[in-house]
Amino acid sequence: MIAVAAIRLSDLFAVVMLFGVYSLLTAALFMDLDAVDVAFTEAAVGAGVTTVLMLSSLHLTKRWEVLPRRKPLLSLLVVGITGAALVYAVLDAPLLGDPTAPVHQHVTPRYIEQGAEEVGVPNLVTAVLASYRGYDTFGETVVIFTAGLAVLLLLGIHEDARMRPGVSAIGDQVVLRSVVKPLLPLILLFGLYVQFHGDFGAGGGFQAGVIFATAFVLYDLVFGDGSARSVVPPGWLHRLAALGVLIYGGVGVYSLLAGKAFLDYSALAADPVHGQHLGVLLVELGVGIAVFSVVLLIFYAFSGRSRRR
Amino acid sequence: MNFLPGIFNYLVVVFLMMAGFYVVIAQGNLIKKLVGLGLFQASVFILYITMGNLAGGRAPIVVEGVTAYSSPLPHVLILTAIVVGVATTAVGLALAVRIHEAYDSVEEDQIHAEDIAADEALMNAETTGREDGRR
Repeated sequence: MIAVAAIRLSDLFAVVMLFGVYSLLTAALFMDLDAVDVAFTEAAVGAGVTTVLMLSSLHLTKRWEVLPRRKPLLSLLVVGITGAALVYAVLDAPLLGDPTAPVHQHVTPRYIEQGAEEVGVPNLVTAVLASYRGYDTFGETVVIFTAGLAVLLLLGIHEDARMRPGVSAIGDQVVLRSVVKPLLPLILLFGLYVQFHGDFGAGGGFQAGVIFATAFVLYDLVFGDGSARSVVPPGWLHRLAALGVLIYGGVGVYSLLAGKAFLDYSALAADPVHGQHLGVLLVELGVGIAVFSVVLLIFYAFSGRSRRR
Repeated sequence: MNFLPGIFNYLVVVFLMMAGFYVVIAQGNLIKKLVGLGLFQASVFILYITMGNLAGGRAPIVVEGVTAYSSPLPHVLILTAIVVGVATTAVGLALAVRIHEAYDSVEEDQIHAEDIAADEALMNAETTGREDGRR
Protein backbone atom coordinates (compact mmCIF):
# COMPACT_ATOMS: atom_id res chain seq x y z
CA MET A 1 0.00 0.00 0.00
CA ILE A 2 2.89 2.28 0.77
CA ALA A 3 4.17 1.48 -2.69
CA VAL A 4 0.94 2.79 -4.20
CA ALA A 5 1.17 6.00 -2.22
CA ALA A 6 4.75 6.39 -3.39
CA ILE A 7 3.63 6.17 -7.00
CA ARG A 8 0.70 8.57 -6.70
CA LEU A 9 2.44 11.44 -4.94
CA SER A 10 4.17 14.10 -6.93
CA ASP A 11 6.03 15.57 -3.96
CA LEU A 12 9.28 13.72 -4.45
CA PHE A 13 10.35 14.40 -0.86
CA ALA A 14 7.37 12.43 0.42
CA VAL A 15 8.02 9.74 -2.18
CA VAL A 16 11.56 9.24 -0.92
CA MET A 17 10.43 9.15 2.71
CA LEU A 18 7.76 6.57 1.89
CA PHE A 19 10.38 4.54 0.05
CA GLY A 20 12.41 4.47 3.25
CA VAL A 21 9.39 3.23 5.22
CA TYR A 22 8.80 0.61 2.54
CA SER A 23 12.37 -0.62 2.97
CA LEU A 24 11.94 -0.92 6.71
CA LEU A 25 8.75 -2.93 6.26
CA THR A 26 10.54 -5.20 3.80
CA ALA A 27 13.23 -5.74 6.40
CA ALA A 28 10.60 -6.76 8.95
CA LEU A 29 9.18 -9.22 6.41
CA PHE A 30 12.64 -10.74 5.84
CA MET A 31 13.00 -11.15 9.58
CA ASP A 32 9.73 -13.04 9.65
CA LEU A 33 10.95 -15.29 6.82
CA ASP A 34 14.05 -16.31 8.85
CA ALA A 35 16.43 -14.24 6.76
CA VAL A 36 18.10 -12.34 9.59
CA ASP A 37 21.23 -11.36 7.67
CA VAL A 38 19.21 -10.01 4.79
CA ALA A 39 16.84 -8.11 7.10
CA PHE A 40 19.88 -6.55 8.71
CA THR A 41 21.28 -5.39 5.39
CA GLU A 42 17.97 -4.10 4.09
CA ALA A 43 17.34 -2.08 7.25
CA ALA A 44 20.80 -0.50 7.19
CA VAL A 45 20.94 0.09 3.44
CA GLY A 46 17.36 0.72 2.36
CA ALA A 47 16.12 2.75 5.26
CA GLY A 48 19.43 4.48 5.94
CA VAL A 49 21.85 5.03 3.11
CA THR A 50 19.46 5.02 0.13
CA THR A 51 17.20 7.59 1.76
CA VAL A 52 20.08 9.94 2.49
CA LEU A 53 21.42 9.61 -1.07
CA MET A 54 18.00 10.16 -2.63
CA LEU A 55 17.40 13.21 -0.45
CA SER A 56 20.71 14.77 -1.34
CA SER A 57 20.09 14.27 -5.04
CA LEU A 58 16.63 15.80 -4.62
CA HIS A 59 18.35 18.77 -3.05
CA LEU A 60 20.47 18.98 -6.20
CA THR A 61 17.54 18.68 -8.59
CA LYS A 62 13.90 19.60 -8.04
CA ARG A 63 11.53 18.63 -5.30
CA TRP A 64 8.29 18.80 -7.28
CA GLU A 65 7.39 16.62 -10.19
CA VAL A 66 5.87 18.35 -13.22
CA LEU A 67 2.27 17.24 -13.20
CA PRO A 68 0.70 16.90 -16.66
CA ARG A 69 2.02 13.44 -17.42
CA ARG A 70 1.70 11.28 -20.47
CA LYS A 71 -1.40 9.16 -20.92
CA PRO A 72 -0.90 6.16 -18.66
CA LEU A 73 -3.29 3.91 -20.62
CA LEU A 74 -0.75 2.13 -22.81
CA SER A 75 1.66 1.57 -19.91
CA LEU A 76 -1.20 0.28 -17.76
CA LEU A 77 -2.06 -2.19 -20.51
CA VAL A 78 1.52 -3.46 -20.77
CA VAL A 79 1.79 -3.72 -16.99
CA GLY A 80 -1.57 -5.51 -16.79
CA ILE A 81 -0.59 -8.13 -19.38
CA THR A 82 2.81 -8.76 -17.80
CA GLY A 83 1.21 -8.96 -14.37
CA ALA A 84 -1.39 -11.46 -15.56
CA ALA A 85 1.32 -13.65 -17.10
CA LEU A 86 3.29 -13.54 -13.86
CA VAL A 87 0.25 -14.41 -11.73
CA TYR A 88 -0.37 -17.38 -14.04
CA ALA A 89 3.24 -18.47 -13.52
CA VAL A 90 2.95 -18.01 -9.75
CA LEU A 91 0.07 -20.47 -9.56
CA ASP A 92 2.59 -23.24 -10.30
CA ALA A 93 5.19 -22.00 -7.82
CA PRO A 94 6.08 -24.12 -4.78
CA LEU A 95 4.11 -23.08 -1.71
CA LEU A 96 5.73 -21.04 1.05
CA GLY A 97 7.79 -23.26 3.35
CA ASP A 98 7.35 -26.42 1.26
CA PRO A 99 10.32 -28.71 2.07
CA THR A 100 10.15 -30.40 -1.36
CA ALA A 101 10.64 -27.13 -3.25
CA PRO A 102 13.59 -27.12 -5.68
CA VAL A 103 15.40 -24.54 -3.54
CA HIS A 104 15.75 -27.07 -0.73
CA GLN A 105 17.19 -29.84 -2.94
CA HIS A 106 20.47 -29.60 -4.90
CA VAL A 107 23.24 -27.81 -2.97
CA THR A 108 21.28 -26.55 0.03
CA PRO A 109 21.39 -29.81 2.07
CA ARG A 110 25.14 -29.97 1.66
CA TYR A 111 25.57 -26.36 2.83
CA ILE A 112 23.36 -27.00 5.86
CA GLU A 113 24.70 -30.41 6.84
CA GLN A 114 28.41 -29.89 6.26
CA GLY A 115 28.82 -26.12 6.17
CA ALA A 116 29.60 -25.83 9.88
CA GLU A 117 32.24 -28.59 9.84
CA GLU A 118 33.84 -27.75 6.50
CA VAL A 119 34.16 -24.01 6.98
CA GLY A 120 34.17 -23.90 10.78
CA VAL A 121 31.65 -21.06 10.86
CA PRO A 122 28.23 -21.50 12.51
CA ASN A 123 26.53 -18.77 10.48
CA LEU A 124 25.78 -20.62 7.26
CA VAL A 125 25.04 -17.42 5.37
CA THR A 126 28.57 -16.23 6.05
CA ALA A 127 29.97 -19.66 5.13
CA VAL A 128 28.21 -19.71 1.78
CA LEU A 129 28.92 -16.03 1.13
CA ALA A 130 32.63 -16.08 1.76
CA SER A 131 33.64 -19.65 1.08
CA TYR A 132 31.36 -21.72 -1.16
CA ARG A 133 30.41 -18.78 -3.35
CA GLY A 134 33.54 -16.72 -2.80
CA TYR A 135 33.86 -16.00 -6.52
CA ASP A 136 30.42 -14.36 -6.68
CA THR A 137 31.11 -12.27 -3.64
CA PHE A 138 34.45 -11.17 -5.06
CA GLY A 139 32.66 -10.16 -8.26
CA GLU A 140 30.09 -8.21 -6.28
CA THR A 141 32.75 -6.42 -4.26
CA VAL A 142 34.37 -5.38 -7.53
CA VAL A 143 30.98 -4.17 -8.83
CA ILE A 144 30.54 -1.98 -5.73
CA PHE A 145 34.06 -0.63 -6.19
CA THR A 146 33.32 0.14 -9.84
CA ALA A 147 30.05 1.85 -8.95
CA GLY A 148 31.96 4.02 -6.49
CA LEU A 149 34.43 4.91 -9.25
CA ALA A 150 31.57 5.76 -11.61
CA VAL A 151 29.98 8.13 -9.11
CA LEU A 152 33.32 9.80 -8.50
CA LEU A 153 33.86 10.23 -12.24
CA LEU A 154 30.38 11.72 -12.67
CA LEU A 155 30.30 14.01 -9.65
CA GLY A 156 33.80 14.27 -8.25
CA ILE A 157 34.54 15.39 -4.70
CA HIS A 158 34.75 19.12 -4.35
CA GLU A 159 36.65 20.99 -1.74
CA ASP A 160 34.86 24.20 -1.02
CA ALA A 161 35.85 27.40 0.72
CA ARG A 162 32.31 27.56 2.09
CA MET A 163 32.82 24.25 3.84
CA ARG A 164 32.25 24.97 7.51
CA PRO A 165 32.81 22.09 9.86
CA GLY A 166 30.77 22.61 12.98
CA VAL A 167 28.03 24.63 11.27
CA SER A 168 25.23 22.35 10.20
CA ALA A 169 22.75 23.00 7.40
CA ILE A 170 19.91 22.14 9.73
CA GLY A 171 21.05 24.68 12.29
CA ASP A 172 22.31 24.15 15.78
CA GLN A 173 19.97 21.46 17.04
CA VAL A 174 20.97 20.97 20.65
CA VAL A 175 18.75 17.95 21.19
CA LEU A 176 19.96 16.20 18.04
CA ARG A 177 23.58 16.89 18.89
CA SER A 178 23.40 15.65 22.43
CA VAL A 179 21.55 12.52 21.34
CA VAL A 180 23.87 11.77 18.45
CA LYS A 181 27.10 12.34 20.37
CA PRO A 182 26.82 9.38 22.77
CA LEU A 183 25.21 7.34 20.01
CA LEU A 184 28.15 7.56 17.60
CA PRO A 185 30.67 5.43 19.50
CA LEU A 186 27.94 2.86 20.09
CA ILE A 187 27.18 2.68 16.36
CA LEU A 188 30.87 2.28 15.57
CA LEU A 189 31.28 -0.38 18.24
CA PHE A 190 28.23 -2.17 16.90
CA GLY A 191 29.73 -2.01 13.41
CA LEU A 192 32.92 -3.65 14.65
CA TYR A 193 30.91 -6.31 16.48
CA VAL A 194 28.91 -7.06 13.33
CA GLN A 195 32.13 -7.24 11.33
CA PHE A 196 34.03 -9.66 13.54
CA HIS A 197 31.15 -11.62 14.99
CA GLY A 198 29.61 -12.21 11.56
CA ASP A 199 30.77 -15.81 11.48
CA PHE A 200 28.85 -16.67 14.67
CA GLY A 201 25.77 -14.48 14.59
CA ALA A 202 23.97 -12.45 11.99
CA GLY A 203 26.22 -9.97 10.27
CA GLY A 204 29.32 -9.72 8.15
CA GLY A 205 31.38 -7.40 6.02
CA PHE A 206 28.57 -5.96 3.93
CA GLN A 207 26.42 -4.97 6.91
CA ALA A 208 29.35 -3.75 8.98
CA GLY A 209 30.64 -1.57 6.14
CA VAL A 210 27.25 0.06 5.73
CA ILE A 211 26.76 0.57 9.50
CA PHE A 212 30.19 2.14 9.82
CA ALA A 213 29.54 4.46 6.91
CA THR A 214 26.13 5.38 8.37
CA ALA A 215 27.79 6.56 11.56
CA PHE A 216 29.96 9.01 9.61
CA VAL A 217 27.05 10.14 7.45
CA LEU A 218 25.08 10.88 10.63
CA TYR A 219 28.01 12.78 12.08
CA ASP A 220 28.29 14.86 8.93
CA LEU A 221 24.56 15.60 8.80
CA VAL A 222 24.23 16.68 12.42
CA PHE A 223 27.56 18.34 13.08
CA GLY A 224 27.82 20.25 9.83
CA ASP A 225 29.06 19.87 6.30
CA GLY A 226 32.56 18.58 6.04
CA SER A 227 33.06 17.58 9.66
CA ALA A 228 33.21 13.90 8.72
CA ARG A 229 35.66 14.87 6.03
CA SER A 230 38.09 16.27 8.56
CA VAL A 231 37.99 12.92 10.39
CA VAL A 232 38.26 10.67 7.34
CA PRO A 233 39.63 12.61 4.33
CA PRO A 234 38.47 11.43 0.87
CA GLY A 235 42.04 10.68 -0.12
CA TRP A 236 42.23 7.94 2.50
CA LEU A 237 38.95 6.50 1.36
CA HIS A 238 40.18 6.13 -2.22
CA ARG A 239 43.04 4.03 -0.92
CA LEU A 240 40.87 2.14 1.58
CA ALA A 241 38.36 1.15 -1.12
CA ALA A 242 41.17 -0.23 -3.27
CA LEU A 243 42.73 -1.88 -0.21
CA GLY A 244 39.50 -3.74 0.58
CA VAL A 245 39.29 -5.26 -2.90
CA LEU A 246 43.01 -5.95 -2.74
CA ILE A 247 42.69 -7.91 0.53
CA TYR A 248 40.00 -10.10 -1.01
CA GLY A 249 41.91 -10.65 -4.22
CA GLY A 250 45.16 -11.06 -2.33
CA VAL A 251 43.75 -13.94 -0.29
CA GLY A 252 42.77 -15.59 -3.57
CA VAL A 253 46.18 -15.09 -5.14
CA TYR A 254 47.89 -16.34 -1.97
CA SER A 255 45.94 -19.61 -2.12
CA LEU A 256 46.91 -19.88 -5.81
CA LEU A 257 50.57 -19.48 -4.91
CA ALA A 258 50.19 -22.05 -2.16
CA GLY A 259 49.17 -24.58 -4.78
CA LYS A 260 45.40 -24.60 -4.26
CA ALA A 261 42.55 -23.17 -6.34
CA PHE A 262 41.80 -19.41 -6.36
CA LEU A 263 40.08 -18.48 -3.07
CA ASP A 264 40.53 -21.97 -1.60
CA TYR A 265 41.12 -20.89 1.98
CA SER A 266 42.32 -24.27 3.22
CA ALA A 267 45.71 -23.18 1.88
CA LEU A 268 45.92 -20.44 4.53
CA ALA A 269 46.77 -22.69 7.48
CA ALA A 270 48.02 -26.19 8.14
CA ASP A 271 44.59 -27.29 9.34
CA PRO A 272 42.06 -26.88 6.48
CA VAL A 273 39.13 -25.90 8.73
CA HIS A 274 41.27 -23.37 10.54
CA GLY A 275 42.40 -22.04 7.18
CA GLN A 276 38.81 -21.73 6.01
CA HIS A 277 37.89 -19.79 9.13
CA LEU A 278 40.85 -17.45 8.71
CA GLY A 279 40.01 -16.98 5.03
CA VAL A 280 36.41 -16.09 5.83
CA LEU A 281 37.55 -13.53 8.39
CA LEU A 282 40.04 -11.91 6.01
CA VAL A 283 37.65 -11.83 3.10
CA GLU A 284 34.88 -10.34 5.22
CA LEU A 285 37.32 -7.71 6.42
CA GLY A 286 38.14 -6.83 2.80
CA VAL A 287 34.45 -6.60 1.94
CA GLY A 288 33.76 -4.46 5.00
CA ILE A 289 36.53 -1.99 4.21
CA ALA A 290 35.55 -1.75 0.55
CA VAL A 291 31.84 -1.26 1.26
CA PHE A 292 32.49 1.29 4.01
CA SER A 293 34.76 3.46 1.92
CA VAL A 294 32.66 3.28 -1.24
CA VAL A 295 29.43 4.23 0.57
CA LEU A 296 31.13 7.11 2.35
CA LEU A 297 32.82 8.28 -0.87
CA ILE A 298 29.46 8.33 -2.64
CA PHE A 299 28.00 10.38 0.21
CA TYR A 300 30.91 12.85 0.02
CA ALA A 301 30.41 13.17 -3.73
CA PHE A 302 26.73 14.05 -3.33
CA SER A 303 27.17 16.38 -0.36
CA GLY A 304 30.09 18.13 -2.06
CA ARG A 305 27.83 18.96 -4.99
CA SER A 306 25.16 20.39 -2.70
CA ARG A 307 27.53 22.96 -1.33
CA ARG A 308 28.82 24.02 -4.71
CA ARG A 309 25.43 25.18 -5.92
CA MET B 1 -2.88 -27.93 1.34
CA ASN B 2 -3.48 -24.38 2.38
CA PHE B 3 -3.07 -23.01 -1.10
CA LEU B 4 -3.88 -19.35 -0.69
CA PRO B 5 -1.59 -18.56 2.27
CA GLY B 6 1.16 -20.52 0.55
CA ILE B 7 0.97 -18.43 -2.56
CA PHE B 8 0.10 -15.07 -0.99
CA ASN B 9 3.72 -13.86 -0.87
CA TYR B 10 4.18 -14.49 -4.57
CA LEU B 11 1.07 -12.47 -5.37
CA VAL B 12 2.41 -9.59 -3.28
CA VAL B 13 5.68 -9.88 -5.19
CA VAL B 14 3.90 -9.70 -8.54
CA PHE B 15 1.89 -6.69 -7.40
CA LEU B 16 4.96 -4.81 -6.18
CA MET B 17 6.92 -5.75 -9.27
CA MET B 18 4.21 -4.43 -11.55
CA ALA B 19 3.91 -1.26 -9.47
CA GLY B 20 7.63 -0.63 -9.92
CA PHE B 21 7.46 -1.54 -13.61
CA TYR B 22 4.59 0.91 -14.12
CA VAL B 23 6.55 3.74 -12.54
CA VAL B 24 9.58 3.00 -14.69
CA ILE B 25 7.72 3.05 -18.01
CA ALA B 26 4.88 5.49 -17.36
CA GLN B 27 6.45 8.36 -15.46
CA GLY B 28 8.80 10.97 -16.82
CA ASN B 29 10.64 12.06 -13.71
CA LEU B 30 14.05 10.43 -13.60
CA ILE B 31 14.28 10.30 -9.79
CA LYS B 32 10.81 8.76 -9.59
CA LYS B 33 11.92 6.20 -12.15
CA LEU B 34 14.80 5.26 -9.87
CA VAL B 35 12.37 4.83 -6.97
CA GLY B 36 10.28 2.58 -9.25
CA LEU B 37 13.37 0.58 -10.07
CA GLY B 38 13.97 0.25 -6.33
CA LEU B 39 10.44 -1.07 -5.81
CA PHE B 40 10.94 -3.61 -8.57
CA GLN B 41 14.27 -4.64 -7.09
CA ALA B 42 12.82 -5.07 -3.60
CA SER B 43 10.05 -7.26 -4.99
CA VAL B 44 12.67 -9.58 -6.48
CA PHE B 45 14.39 -9.70 -3.09
CA ILE B 46 11.12 -10.75 -1.44
CA LEU B 47 10.63 -13.42 -4.12
CA TYR B 48 14.02 -14.99 -3.41
CA ILE B 49 13.67 -14.90 0.35
CA THR B 50 10.19 -16.38 0.12
CA MET B 51 11.54 -19.30 -1.88
CA GLY B 52 14.29 -19.90 0.65
CA ASN B 53 11.88 -20.15 3.57
CA LEU B 54 11.20 -23.56 5.09
CA ALA B 55 8.17 -24.41 7.21
CA GLY B 56 9.36 -25.04 10.79
CA GLY B 57 12.87 -23.98 9.81
CA ARG B 58 15.13 -21.64 11.73
CA ALA B 59 17.38 -18.83 10.58
CA PRO B 60 20.48 -20.48 9.05
CA ILE B 61 22.80 -20.12 12.04
CA VAL B 62 23.80 -23.53 13.37
CA VAL B 63 22.49 -24.19 16.88
CA GLU B 64 22.71 -27.49 18.76
CA GLY B 65 19.65 -29.64 18.39
CA VAL B 66 18.14 -27.89 15.38
CA THR B 67 18.16 -29.63 12.02
CA ALA B 68 15.71 -27.64 9.90
CA TYR B 69 17.08 -24.37 8.58
CA SER B 70 15.92 -22.03 5.85
CA SER B 71 18.11 -22.26 2.77
CA PRO B 72 21.12 -19.93 3.18
CA LEU B 73 21.80 -19.66 -0.54
CA PRO B 74 19.03 -17.17 -1.48
CA HIS B 75 19.96 -15.14 1.58
CA VAL B 76 23.53 -14.81 0.36
CA LEU B 77 22.49 -13.80 -3.14
CA ILE B 78 20.06 -11.17 -1.89
CA LEU B 79 22.38 -9.85 0.82
CA THR B 80 24.98 -8.94 -1.76
CA ALA B 81 22.33 -7.79 -4.25
CA ILE B 82 21.03 -5.22 -1.75
CA VAL B 83 24.43 -3.62 -1.31
CA VAL B 84 25.14 -3.75 -5.03
CA GLY B 85 21.67 -2.25 -5.52
CA VAL B 86 22.45 0.81 -3.43
CA ALA B 87 25.72 1.29 -5.29
CA THR B 88 24.01 1.16 -8.70
CA THR B 89 21.20 3.43 -7.47
CA ALA B 90 23.87 5.91 -6.46
CA VAL B 91 25.28 5.79 -10.00
CA GLY B 92 21.78 6.41 -11.38
CA LEU B 93 21.24 9.36 -9.03
CA ALA B 94 24.63 10.78 -9.99
CA LEU B 95 23.62 10.60 -13.65
CA ALA B 96 20.33 12.33 -12.84
CA VAL B 97 22.20 15.10 -11.03
CA ARG B 98 24.50 15.63 -14.02
CA ILE B 99 21.51 15.65 -16.40
CA HIS B 100 19.86 18.26 -14.21
CA GLU B 101 22.98 20.39 -14.41
CA ALA B 102 23.05 20.15 -18.19
CA TYR B 103 19.32 20.57 -18.91
CA ASP B 104 18.00 22.15 -15.69
CA SER B 105 15.32 19.46 -15.57
CA VAL B 106 14.89 15.79 -14.68
CA GLU B 107 11.66 15.39 -16.64
CA GLU B 108 12.12 13.16 -19.67
CA ASP B 109 9.71 15.16 -21.87
CA GLN B 110 11.46 18.45 -21.22
CA ILE B 111 14.84 16.88 -21.90
CA HIS B 112 13.64 15.47 -25.22
CA ALA B 113 12.08 18.80 -26.17
CA GLU B 114 15.30 20.58 -25.40
CA ASP B 115 17.29 18.05 -27.43
CA ILE B 116 15.00 18.47 -30.43
CA ALA B 117 15.15 22.25 -30.16
CA ALA B 118 18.93 22.13 -30.04
CA ASP B 119 19.05 19.83 -33.09
CA GLU B 120 16.74 22.12 -35.08
CA ALA B 121 18.76 25.17 -34.18
CA LEU B 122 21.88 23.39 -35.37
CA MET B 123 20.26 22.35 -38.67
CA ASN B 124 18.90 25.85 -39.27
CA ALA B 125 22.35 27.27 -38.70
CA GLU B 126 23.80 24.79 -41.23
CA THR B 127 21.22 25.53 -43.96
CA THR B 128 21.54 29.29 -43.58
CA GLY B 129 25.29 28.87 -43.67
CA ARG B 130 25.05 26.96 -46.96
CA GLU B 131 22.73 29.53 -48.49
CA ASP B 132 25.15 32.27 -47.53
CA GLY B 133 27.92 30.36 -49.31
CA ARG B 134 25.86 30.06 -52.52
CA ARG B 135 25.26 33.76 -52.67
